Order: sequence, then C-alpha cells, then structure tokens
Amino acid sequence: MNNSTKNRLTDKAFQYFGIFNTFLGLVMLAVFIFVIMQVGLPRLNWDFITSLPSRFPEKAGIYTALIGTFWMLFLTIIFSVTLGVSAGIYLEEYAKKGWFSKLLEINISNLVGVPSVIYGILGLAFFNRYLGLGGSLLAGSLTLSLLIIPVIIVTTRESLKAVPKTIKEGAYALGATRWQTIWKQQLPAASGSIVTGVILALARAIGEAAPLIVVGALVYVPFIPHTPMDDYTLLPIQIFNWTSRPQPEFQVNASAGIIVLLFLTFLLNGISIYLRNKWQKKVKW
Amino acid sequence: MRRPKEKLIEKLLAMSGWLTILTTLGILVILVYESVQFFADVSVWEFLTGTEWTPLFSKKEFGILPLLTATLLTSVIALLVALPIGLSIAIYLNEYANRKFRSTVKPMLEVLASVPTVVYGFFALTIITPFLQSFIPGLAGFNSISPGIVMGIMIIPMISSLSEDALFAVPKSLRDASYGMGATRFQTVFRVLIPSASSGIIVSIILAISRAIGETMIVAIAAGQQPNFTFNPLVPVETITTYIVQVSLGDVPRDSIEYRTIFAAGMVLFIITFVMNNVSLWLKRKYHRQYE
Amino acid sequence: MNQLIAKNVNVWYGENHAIKDVSMVIEPYQVTALIGPSGCGKSTFLRLFNRMNDYIDNFRMEGEILINETNIYDPTVNTEALRKKVGMVFQKPNPFPTSIYENVAFGMKIQGMNKKSELDEIVETSLRKAVLWDEVKDSLKKSAFSLSGGQQQRLCIARTLAVEPEVILMDEPASALDPISTSKLENLIFELKKSYTIVIVTHNMQQAGRISDQTAFFFMGKLIEYDSTKKMFLKPTHLQTQNYITGRFG
Repeated sequence: MNNSTKNRLTDKAFQYFGIFNTFLGLVMLAVFIFVIMQVGLPRLNWDFITSLPSRFPEKAGIYTALIGTFWMLFLTIIFSVTLGVSAGIYLEEYAKKGWFSKLLEINISNLVGVPSVIYGILGLAFFNRYLGLGGSLLAGSLTLSLLIIPVIIVTTRESLKAVPKTIKEGAYALGATRWQTIWKQQLPAASGSIVTGVILALARAIGEAAPLIVVGALVYVPFIPHTPMDDYTLLPIQIFNWTSRPQPEFQVNASAGIIVLLFLTFLLNGISIYLRNKWQKKVKW
Repeated sequence: MRRPKEKLIEKLLAMSGWLTILTTLGILVILVYESVQFFADVSVWEFLTGTEWTPLFSKKEFGILPLLTATLLTSVIALLVALPIGLSIAIYLNEYANRKFRSTVKPMLEVLASVPTVVYGFFALTIITPFLQSFIPGLAGFNSISPGIVMGIMIIPMISSLSEDALFAVPKSLRDASYGMGATRFQTVFRVLIPSASSGIIVSIILAISRAIGETMIVAIAAGQQPNFTFNPLVPVETITTYIVQVSLGDVPRDSIEYRTIFAAGMVLFIITFVMNNVSLWLKRKYHRQYE
Repeated sequence: MNQLIAKNVNVWYGENHAIKDVSMVIEPYQVTALIGPSGCGKSTFLRLFNRMNDYIDNFRMEGEILINETNIYDPTVNTEALRKKVGMVFQKPNPFPTSIYENVAFGMKIQGMNKKSELDEIVETSLRKAVLWDEVKDSLKKSAFSLSGGQQQRLCIARTLAVEPEVILMDEPASALDPISTSKLENLIFELKKSYTIVIVTHNMQQAGRISDQTAFFFMGKLIEYDSTKKMFLKPTHLQTQNYITGRFG
C-alpha cells in the first residue's frame, strides 16, 4: 500500500469517526429518553398530575411542584424581561462608548459564566435574609431572574443590533425622540428575535434546581402556593427528591416527573425555534 | 415638554444596566463578608491544605481538598469524554459535511445542552452506573466516573460549537495552501487548521471545564455526598457544589460555622470559575484581533 | 420661509476635519444641489441642517446654521421640533417594517395625533403629493416592503411631507433606483419645489443639471464654488469645478 492510498484511507476513516461522534451523544440521549418512557409512561396519568406529594409512592403526585413551577415561570418572566430588556436597550442605545460600557460588557460576559449555585448563595444572603423574604416564591424568582438577566441582555442587544440603522434615522428625521424611536420602531422590529431568546432562557430556567434549593425551595410542600410570599417546590426539585429515595417505586415517579419536565423544556425550545423560523422568513431588510 | 420624560426613561434604563454591576458586587461582598467570618475561626492554611472535610460531624475538620479534588475529577472525566467527541464533530461539520447537514445537525446538538441537569443526574444514577457496574467490578453506586461521563455528553455542544467557530475563522488562504500542496482533508485539519485555531479551541476547553466545575445537580445525584480525598473515579465523592446543596437541604442553624462553610466553599468555586472565564475572554479577544 | 444660512461652519470627526469653513446661503423655494466627489463632505454638510450628525461618535462642529433666523445649534433648540420642520429623504429607501398607512401616519402619531379621520386625511394628501396615492390606495394595509424600490422612496417622501416640513433634505435619493423610477422622482422634486425648499446631494451631474436651480461644488471639505446651476455648468469660475463637471475626475 503506497503512501497516498494510506492517506486517503485515514481521511475516509476520520470522516466516519466524525459522523459517528456527531450522533453518539444524540443516540445516547435517545436511549435515555426511551428507557425513561418505558419506566415512567405507565405511571403518568391524570392522578399523578393532580395529586399532592405523599410518603406513599403510589399516591404521590406532582401537583404542587407543577403549580410551583408555573408560578416561578410567571414571576421570573415579569422580573427578568422588564429588567433584562431595559438593560439591553440602555447598553445598546444609550450608553456612551467608553470605559464604563466596556466594564459593563466584560461584567455581563462574566455573569453568564458564574455557576448557578453561586446565584443561589447571593439570593440566600440578600433576598432570603437581608430583605427577609425567606424561602418564598418571590425570593426564588428574583434569584432565578438574576441568573437569566445576563442572557436576556445579550439577546436584546443582538436583536437591536440586527435592526438596520436606517430605520432609526428614518424615525429621527421625522422628529421622533430617542425613546419614541426605540419604543415605536426599533423594539417592535426586534421583538421577534427578543421573544425567541427570552423563551430559550426560560427553557433553561425551568430546569434549574440547584440555586433554588439554596434559596430555600422545599422538597416537601403539601399545598399549592397562593401568593408570591408562599413556600413552594418545583418540578426539578421534586424529581431530585424522588431520585434520592431508595425505594424503586419512587424511581418510577421520578421517571414520570422527568417526562413532564422534558415535555415542558422541549415545548419551550420548540416554540422558540418555530418563532425564529417564522420571523426569519418574514423579515428581510 | 417631552424632555423630562425622555430623561426619566433614560435614568430608569440606566438603573437596569447598573443592576448587572450590583449583581457582581453583591456576589463578591457576600462571599467575602461571610468568608472573613469563617476564616476568623478556621485558618486559611488548614482550609487550603487539610485533607478532611467534616463540618457537619461532631469532630469538625475544614480541609477543602476533598471537595476540590472531587470537583476536578468529575470535570476532567467530563472533558475526556467531551473533547474528542466535540472536537471531531466540529472538524467534521466544518470540513467534511455539506451546508445542509450542518444546519440540520447544529440545532439538534443544542438539545443536549437544553436537557435539565436533574434529568442528566437521573440518567447517570439509574442507567450509566448500573451499566458500568456490569463490567467494572467494585464500582460503587455513587462514583465520579458515571456523572463525569454524563456531564461530558452535556458539554459536547459547547465544545463543538465554539471549536467550530474557531476553525471557521481560519483564513481560507491557509486551507487552500495546504490543499494546493496535495494534502488530504485529514492532514489539512491536523497539520494546519487545528494549530491555527488552537487558541479558539483552548477557549472552548476552558469554558467547558468551567461549566463542568459549576455543575451541581448531576454530581449531587450521582457522585454521592462523601468527601473523599481521592482521585479514584470508582468511589463516592462530594464536589463543592454538592456540598452547598447538601447544607442547604439540611437544618443547619444560621450564623453557625457549619452554615458559613457554604460561603467559603462558594468563594473557592467562584474564584476558580471567575479566573477560567476571564482567561478565556482574554484569549478570545486576542485571537479575534489576530485575524482582523 | 426664509433662507437657510451656514456661517463659517467647521466639522470634525475626531481628528478628521470634514467641513472646512463653509459659508453659504440657500434660497427658499428652490432646488439646491450639492455635488462633489465621494468623501468631499457634501452629505455631512446636508445632515447639519437637521442635526442628524448629532448621534455620530466624536462629531464636533463650530459655526452657525441659521434657519428662520435661529441658530439651530443653540442648546435651547428642540431637535425633534427642528426635524419636523426640516425633513429628510435617504440614499436607500428606508420604510419602517409596518404597513404603508402606518409609515405615513407615524410622524403624526408620535406628536400625539390619534384621531382616525384626521390621520386618514393626512395620509391621503401626503400620498397624493408624493404621486403615490393611485398606486397604493387599495393596499394601504399592506407591508411597505411589498412596494418596489421607487415606490418605497416616494413613500418615504410622503412620510416626510405628512409632518408638514418647510425644508426637505435629500441625500442621493435616486442612487438606488432604476432610470424610470428616477425620472418619476425627478418630476416629483420639480413639483415639490413650489411649496418646499429642497436641498439635494447627488452624484449624478446630469441629474443636478436637470433639477436644480443652484449648485454648490464641494471638494475636500471646502465649498469651492456656488452659483446658479446654469452658470456652474456653462461657465464655472474654478478649474476644479470645470474638471469635475466635465468628468475629468471624481
């Protein structure tokens, strides 16, 4: 075998290795999900979704966890979208290029990389204890908001940047103020891509457990929260709790809970992909 | 007439911008404040060199090394899984695959990063560990190899997409020069592209390790809660993040030394990830400039 | 309406001295063309009249621009009110990503006018003045992007007319248009000068010759020559002007 044939074989071999690896992770994930479905689907019924937690695995359900998760999502959207989009607008449209905006930029890149459990520690010390919010939904959602605000800021800035400058000039030339230009032209034009980014951030937030355990989400809550000041538990925390029990019946519950959690996560991801495709088709500058 | 309103809006928006600075300051102040109190009782030397970590026992030891080695061990295992896979995906997508294949596969890979980490933890504990036990005798129910592997799967898209960007940024002229001399794609990739893109690939590695070091639920579920000073991947260990969760779940009284350990441990975690993130940011700026 | 007056105007972008001591009087109800090679400062000069340069980083200006005897660079001047009076049409048509109707109504809406009947009326008159009404009257709710390039540019003019300006600045408005759309646009400009003062930057010598009453030639940030278009094209005083107009450089 001469040198050049050998080279070509190595090349071919590597190509197959690449294809193999591309699908390796995905196939493993598919196998995981298949096993979970096998174990969890039979357990997944209406009772499981509407039952309170219990010491007896066959009676236990995810009702409080599911309502807690929806509450958490709702409050987090309110805080993170208002603050994150505002900060994004400020950085992109108002902040003067200089040392301060550079500092803000570096700071945001850093915040994106801070482990989520550290946000939990911040929430614990500041919201729970200093502000006295305790282990409430409010403290939890504020913590989760701080976690995803950097992501929303980055999304907002990129979306605004993608709006052509000529739109801004057109509005200014008609006598619009800076804010009128942002509010009436730039934000609506950027909204599709901002919404896509926000939903992606929420898809990540809905699966977070660690920081919320630190800020006092409980593992056992026998009632559903009614106000933002109530105690709560969440779907990922309920799953964590069942996973750490020795009885195999609880593992079945965990599997069923995971099916629900994965459904919600993939649903949010799917919505954002759908919106992104729809938006890309609609807008061409 | 509209001026005051415009000014007010700008002020409100600026306050939101300041919030990000306050978040960072808040993290720093809290970690430093509580750690200072912690180090009033425990010497820094003992903390950094002690090989036993038993703050929740009656005989308390405060050596962070067992938590640190566990954190590094699980992260290194994750990297050993993710680096070859992620890098070969990046090379394949960039050099071999056609455009259509690339645009279909990339979002699919992102799915791996979007699965909640409790779910990955469950996979590690109930699927990977029993599977490994079938051919690794003496593998404990909690261990670092199984969550390490699963974490590796989770960070594949991080390595693949960042490395792909780095490979993509290599000027076309270099590639053409290599092909022009009769090199195969494989030779071009390993002799020309990877060396040229090395700083970008290193950035992806650093960020992936940093992500693995901060990861909590996978290790909390599948690696155990026993602080062992060991590099043996087959036995239970406790990472820094797991310890923080463990204390948070228990009934440790506030303002006790046990309670403050989570801030000291958090401080160590923060410093490590902070340094890694900034090294990667610095490298990234450097190689961006290189090709401009 | 009075003249537009520039008095000893200097502009810098950082270190770059873009406009060098330009003084000039622009007559009302005429079309004044600004010509010159790219980078000569003509667009920068045009944008001084509605303060569109304000948002450019490290922009610095000295001298005075007087409109109706007010220095528009006086700190007390309301830039938004100024821009309503001095409208602008850009190089590339830049309609907002909304309907045709909303594009024209935007300028009135941001001033707080919300009565539908009044808005309808203004939208119609503005579109008529821009000679676009007949082409779009049945599709006002359609996206502005559904129009052709030439129609989009006339829509941008209609949008400018809707806020009732006195002056219209045009920055190479035909550079992105085909010849037929360009001639429609030139006819429109000819109509508009009866009611508005028009300042137009153009690259195209023939166009300047066809539509303008006065022409100003800029070169390297300086105003070289400014006179009636007829005189500029037939008997320019300066050699540089002659060379440029006859196409020897630029």
